[in-house]
Amino acid sequence: MKQFRKMTYPYVLWISIMVVAPMLLILLYAFTKEGNSVTDFLFTFNNFKRFFVDSVFVEVLLRSLRVALVTTILCILLGYPAAYYIAKCSEGLKMRWVLVITFPTWINMLVRTYAWMGILQDDGIINKFLGLFGIQATLLHTEFAVVLGMIYNFLPFMILQIYTALTKMDGSLLEAAADLGANRTKAFMRITLPLSLPGVISGITLVFLPAVSSFFVPKLLGGGQYVMVGNLIESQFLTSGDWNFGSAISLIMVIIIMISMYITRKVDKTEVMEKRA
Amino acid sequence: MKRENRAFSHVYMVLLVIFFYAPIVYTIVFSFNAGRSLTRFEGVSFQWYAKMFKDSNMMQAMMYTILIAVLATVISTVVGTFTSIGLSRSNKIMKNIVEQINDLPLMNPDIVTAIGLLMLFSAVHVKKGFGTMLIAHIMFCIPYVMLSIAPKLKGLDPNLCDAAMDLGATPIQALFKVIVPQIMPGIVSGALIAFTMSFDDFVISYFVTGNGVSNISILVYTMSKRVNPSINALSTLIIVIISVFLLLVNVVPSIIGKKKAKRA
Repeated sequence: MKQFRKMTYPYVLWISIMVVAPMLLILLYAFTKEGNSVTDFLFTFNNFKRFFVDSVFVEVLLRSLRVALVTTILCILLGYPAAYYIAKCSEGLKMRWVLVITFPTWINMLVRTYAWMGILQDDGIINKFLGLFGIQATLLHTEFAVVLGMIYNFLPFMILQIYTALTKMDGSLLEAAADLGANRTKAFMRITLPLSLPGVISGITLVFLPAVSSFFVPKLLGGGQYVMVGNLIESQFLTSGDWNFGSAISLIMVIIIMISMYITRKVDKTEVMEKRA
Repeated sequence: MKRENRAFSHVYMVLLVIFFYAPIVYTIVFSFNAGRSLTRFEGVSFQWYAKMFKDSNMMQAMMYTILIAVLATVISTVVGTFTSIGLSRSNKIMKNIVEQINDLPLMNPDIVTAIGLLMLFSAVHVKKGFGTMLIAHIMFCIPYVMLSIAPKLKGLDPNLCDAAMDLGATPIQALFKVIVPQIMPGIVSGALIAFTMSFDDFVISYFVTGNGVSNISILVYTMSKRVNPSINALSTLIIVIISVFLLLVNVVPSIIGKKKAKRA
């Protein structure tokens, strides 16, 4: 069956050009400054220096991290009970619930985020409801709106990941714990929670990563003044045309994402180890 | 105490469903609004639908979105299938290299993939537009197709193919009559994922397009700066299309399955 191997070769060529080359281009641009001609690249760290020296850019980075972190934590807190509830349902109901949770994610994110613009407006439905209690709040174009939009977009992914981990769990473990005298809280803390952690971890990946790099949620719900790293990169590439600086910013973002993923996995591992010890 | 807990969790799930579906319902309701307002409902009218169908930008974006999604799905499914089969017969090093590189667009934030492609296209002086958008979509769809086929190939008995060839099948016959039918469920689900990924894509399309070519996501993004209720009509149309699509995918196979079961 060795002849089938050849079917892989065209794809190897394809990904070398379409996946590897673009990554190398980002690296190349991030560490060079614009020369007079396309072919002379001058090595420099200035793009990175420019980012970290200017407090405005650092502030944008910190804001993105803060928003992504808050979104991720809220998604865990809101998603875990939902996933737990679905996992405890009967088989038929489970599938129906999964369908109910996934259905909105099939509809274009831009379309769904746009709908929130109407809902959150000053004379929108939420403010009308709050008005009944004599409260008026500016919701649109605030950080609250951005976090809300992100939770709205990414929460289903968190629920599904935790749900999958929970359904994989062996139910007899809980019976054993009950037989051995553990109450429900204890059984949950010692068995269910640690066993569902891998689901939480992959949920974090699916929420934190798009949240930190998102640029249409902050633009639509945060307004033009609300800038996150994604918006910064967008403007470097599409308005100011500084590809070197833009590449450097995206490289910084990717490195931060990689570090945070590494830490999350490490925490997961050490916790499992401690539980075992 | 226990019953109270139950009631509380039911209420929580209902609130969650409201949270997920309110914006969708809101969009549909306001697409029939007689006024321009996005917050005050002033009576039923179909004017925004009429405006949408007359708006050449919107109709064009709709056409581009569907055309690119169909083309990207077909091409990435075919390429992904044959590459996956080839890969299952390759050595470990080859497998590892391809899997690692495939992971890059899956793990990288979309915006990073997008700027990489943008710089690639301009480095080789390709004019941005329909072609670049299609190529980009094919590029990010193939890994999803391969990811959904891989488990099916793993479960495949390698001797099956050899048996077919021992019995006189040419390698191509063995490929199409033995391997492909066996991994068909994986191919179909891969194609579905590819279609929705392409249909919904915003970030990558936004960066690699040009020449006035835009898909629905780009259109909504650029139009959202001003109040335009036609967006609600367009959104409702998309919601209807996706719902019908999902219904067909979920219900039709089970109905066909039942019919077959009855006949058998």
